[in-house]
Amino acid sequence: MLAVEADRVWKYFGDYPALRGASLQVPQGACMALLGRNGAGKTTMLRILANLSRATKGDVKIFGDGSRSDIVRRKTGYLGHGIGVYDDLSALENLMLFGRLLGVDNPEKAAMEALERVGLERVKDGMAREFSRGMRQRLAVARAFIHQPELLLLDEPFTSLDDRAINVLQSLLKDALSRGSTIVMSTHQIREAMELATNVALLERGKIVHAGPQTPEMLADPGWLYRTYGDGPVAE
Amino acid sequence: MREKAIYILAILAALVMIPNLKTVFMGLPDEAMQGAIYRIIFIHVPAAINAQIFFTVSLVTSILFLVKKNFLWDSISVSCIEVGTMLVLVNLVTGSIWGRNQWGIWWAWDLRMTSQLMCFLLYLGYLLVRPAIAEPTQRASISAFVAIFAYADIPLVLMAIRLPNVRTQHPGPVLETGTMAPEFRAPFGLGVLAVFLICTALILIRQHQETAQREIDSLRRELHSI
Amino acid sequence: MKRGLITALAIAKKDLQTELRTKESINASASFALVILVLFSFAFDLGREELYAISGGMLWLVFSFAGALIVNRSFARELPNDCLDVLIASPAPAWAIFLGKSVAAFLLLFIVELISLPVFGLFYNIHWTDRFGGLLLVMALATWGITVVGTAFSAVTVNIRLRELMLPVLLYPILIPLLIGAMGTTTALLGGEPMFGQAASGEALASLRLLVGFDVIYTSLALYMIEFILIV
Repeated sequence: MLAVEADRVWKYFGDYPALRGASLQVPQGACMALLGRNGAGKTTMLRILANLSRATKGDVKIFGDGSRSDIVRRKTGYLGHGIGVYDDLSALENLMLFGRLLGVDNPEKAAMEALERVGLERVKDGMAREFSRGMRQRLAVARAFIHQPELLLLDEPFTSLDDRAINVLQSLLKDALSRGSTIVMSTHQIREAMELATNVALLERGKIVHAGPQTPEMLADPGWLYRTYGDGPVAE
Repeated sequence: MREKAIYILAILAALVMIPNLKTVFMGLPDEAMQGAIYRIIFIHVPAAINAQIFFTVSLVTSILFLVKKNFLWDSISVSCIEVGTMLVLVNLVTGSIWGRNQWGIWWAWDLRMTSQLMCFLLYLGYLLVRPAIAEPTQRASISAFVAIFAYADIPLVLMAIRLPNVRTQHPGPVLETGTMAPEFRAPFGLGVLAVFLICTALILIRQHQETAQREIDSLRRELHSI
Repeated sequence: MKRGLITALAIAKKDLQTELRTKESINASASFALVILVLFSFAFDLGREELYAISGGMLWLVFSFAGALIVNRSFARELPNDCLDVLIASPAPAWAIFLGKSVAAFLLLFIVELISLPVFGLFYNIHWTDRFGGLLLVMALATWGITVVGTAFSAVTVNIRLRELMLPVLLYPILIPLLIGAMGTTTALLGGEPMFGQAASGEALASLRLLVGFDVIYTSLALYMIEFILIV
């Protein structure tokens, strides 16, 4: 079964197409790295998959379900550019709120477990605004994983994370994959992405120009993908 | 095809309006109580009637946009509301002039003028918010939402200003009570028709301009991305 | 539907929690209300009779200005850290997010009104305590109207330029019928007129009907259409 099936998705902002017939298939249990330059449409695509935005044309099915129902959204975890936690609530309160919104059975227990997982259990009652940047990032990651989503959508998750946060995120992602979850992750940090990725897709100006399993060439030289299928070299 | 329609409408409007104006100014006698100023009614009321027609059209096209997401409906909405707001302004100004002539004051909080002023303010909000939104789909969705909220307020405004405690200094103008003399009815009806034809032509022009502007904006964005 | 209501409650609780911790908008709103009350005293130099005649008008002007400050914060508080995206992506239905925020805004504005009312009575020597029941009813109905339309426009203006300016421009014209009804009934109440029963003039009932009609129409419209604003 396909976790994500995007069929010829078009997204118009006014008359400008950010996505032009982009088709993407992500098998269940895969970790897909969605590569592409700035402005290629990665964030737009992820937002459509996360139900934040509607495709203008084309179909999007998550686990075979094309509706935007709350059942589908309960299975999805989203980590966008912003960290998505409230500054004026404590770490525990934040996670309990999102746990409740995401339909978790025992919000308090799930929140405590999530905090332990990311190493923030000692500051559970600290206000999010008092945390350091790395701690806020770990809290954001805890929030995205609290309901053990079957599909994780991450928009440039490794960007500007500190060491500890990167380790935490990588270990959580590995755990999720071993549990059978599916990951779609857009990224610029090709190296960190390639370590985890089983599949790779390249988005260029609104179109998926290549999608397939990760190959040894890609792992050895991440820029290879851009040169082979894309517009040109990544960096001189 | 559109240009032909616009020309035809304009010509029809001229054919209706010019003889009508001649009748109004030269054919009809001065009214017994008001003197010459009563002729202002031939623009004052048609403006209001047509404004309501176009606001109702904008309500329908706003709902259609939200349902079908086709920008054509959004262009028609904004054109109708712009023209309608202008008509309400014409109504307010002519009403004010008439009031100054008849009652000696530029403004009176009577039922009709007050509800027209509220209408003006409601749609003025729409016109002010629209340029503040950069992204076209968001702009169209928000505009549709505001237009529906504004239209829903009109019956509530009419209810509110009829509440007993709200002061209304003067009774409504001529049309509120009594019937119109027969020789006035034809010029009046033609006046409504003429304004309708002119405004439809204006709406077609404006709608086309809105569509073209949106296309230009998106082409510009596309150009930047290359 | 039940899940939606639970979600709405959770969001209302969150809004109230964060607001009562920082007290940012409640302080600003209450202070603003007090300042306007003082300004009015300089604007008008009236005797007792005339003061009672404008009491409803003054009070509701104060409440609606204070209200604009509160509803402005309603969706704006979701902008830092992109929390709005997380809420929308979650299983929470759009109407539940909206409802929770409206309820929170309603309670916050109601608190500000309950603070302003005694101050108003004090400054202008207006007796309100014996009419408190009727006043409470009018305040509840009209405040709900202000917050439901205000929160809807807060969602509308959250991402656009000049948000603080656009919200009042959109909000006040729509509120005019509501304010007319509220002002009239409040003036009558403070003036000692009975609202119900044999001696009542029927005016108050007509106004109450208007308030309820306004609330029902705009609550339904907002709940139904807010999805088009939040998910583009």
